Amino acid sequence: MTHPTPSRPTHPGHRKEFIAGARDIIPMMVGAAPFGVIFGTLVASGPLHPWHGQLMSLAVFAGSAQFIALGLIAGHASFAVIWATTLVVNLRHVLYSATLAPHVAHLPARWRWVLGALLTDEVFAVAWEHYRHRAPGTVGPHYFFGAGLAMYLNWQLWTVAGLLFGAAFPGLQSLGLDFAMVATFIAIVVPQLVALRYIAAAITAGMLAFFWQAWPYKLGLLAAVFAGVAVGVLLSLSRPNSRRSRKTAQEHARSNARKTAGASQ
Amino acid sequence: MSYVVLILGMAVITWVIRAAVFVLGDRLVFPPLVRTALGFVPVTVLTAIIVPMAVSPHGASAELTWRNPQLVGALAAVAVSALTRRPLLTIAAGLTVFFIWQCVVLK
Repeated sequence: MTHPTPSRPTHPGHRKEFIAGARDIIPMMVGAAPFGVIFGTLVASGPLHPWHGQLMSLAVFAGSAQFIALGLIAGHASFAVIWATTLVVNLRHVLYSATLAPHVAHLPARWRWVLGALLTDEVFAVAWEHYRHRAPGTVGPHYFFGAGLAMYLNWQLWTVAGLLFGAAFPGLQSLGLDFAMVATFIAIVVPQLVALRYIAAAITAGMLAFFWQAWPYKLGLLAAVFAGVAVGVLLSLSRPNSRRSRKTAQEHARSNARKTAGASQ
Repeated sequence: MSYVVLILGMAVITWVIRAAVFVLGDRLVFPPLVRTALGFVPVTVLTAIIVPMAVSPHGASAELTWRNPQLVGALAAVAVSALTRRPLLTIAAGLTVFFIWQCVVLK
């Protein structure tokens, strides 16, 4: 075990990256605050003990899944239903980890477990914005870890606040603090709309997500993302120069496959 | 006690979903088509999250009106981002327009 321990960013460069990650996620922390308080308030008004609510924030750390679980618990759903719902609601995280995977593949496995545990919507957005200008394998885990840990501690803090003082903030949702998340996501998305295929994919996903938002368990969101990605892929494949790049990509994949086959023998 | 089992089960499911691809990462080789598709995930998923928040902040019905501060703030942020491509300026401008709209214009 010669790997550095995940929780101690000792190298000065590491600390700088850690702080940069924590700093860049501050708008998301503001945006998540009302949801944490509302979650805590809902726990206090339901059948769970306050410490169950805190345990859920500590162990699950997934806003949407936690809210939906509270609703299901109040409705006396079976554990199997709640677990299956958790699975479906969190399926979009598979897309996040697949997108970020090339950038963490070089890290020791326990770093990948830690970063995976912290991978929420907001952390994905911030981490990806950091990684996308850099070649895979060149960035350490500390930026991602700083952003994720800040978001995690923030979620714990606002859950406690909601559990203890939730009843004192009745108008919290109408303040619109969650708009901080909207503004930050816009700041990340718009600069990437550099070609028609990205614009078309984003518009498709955005419109369908609006029309399908009443679908249960965030399935409308997931379906909208798949539709948007499909539009983007179709436009990519129909580009005039895509045949050549596809060919080189296929050769690349074949040589990779050969390497993998050779390695497994 | 049984709620603890429920919560820990949720935690394990969530953790495995999030970390599985990371942990298998060095053994997974995505085919080119999947890599192309994954390139569209960030713009589509982030847009899919924010459009309903901006267009229908109170639920399912669209509020395509100047009296919707989320929509006005979002359009301002899109404009600033398209013109400057600077994230902090975009966030600051979007939040400023949003709160001015909510606290001043609509009062």
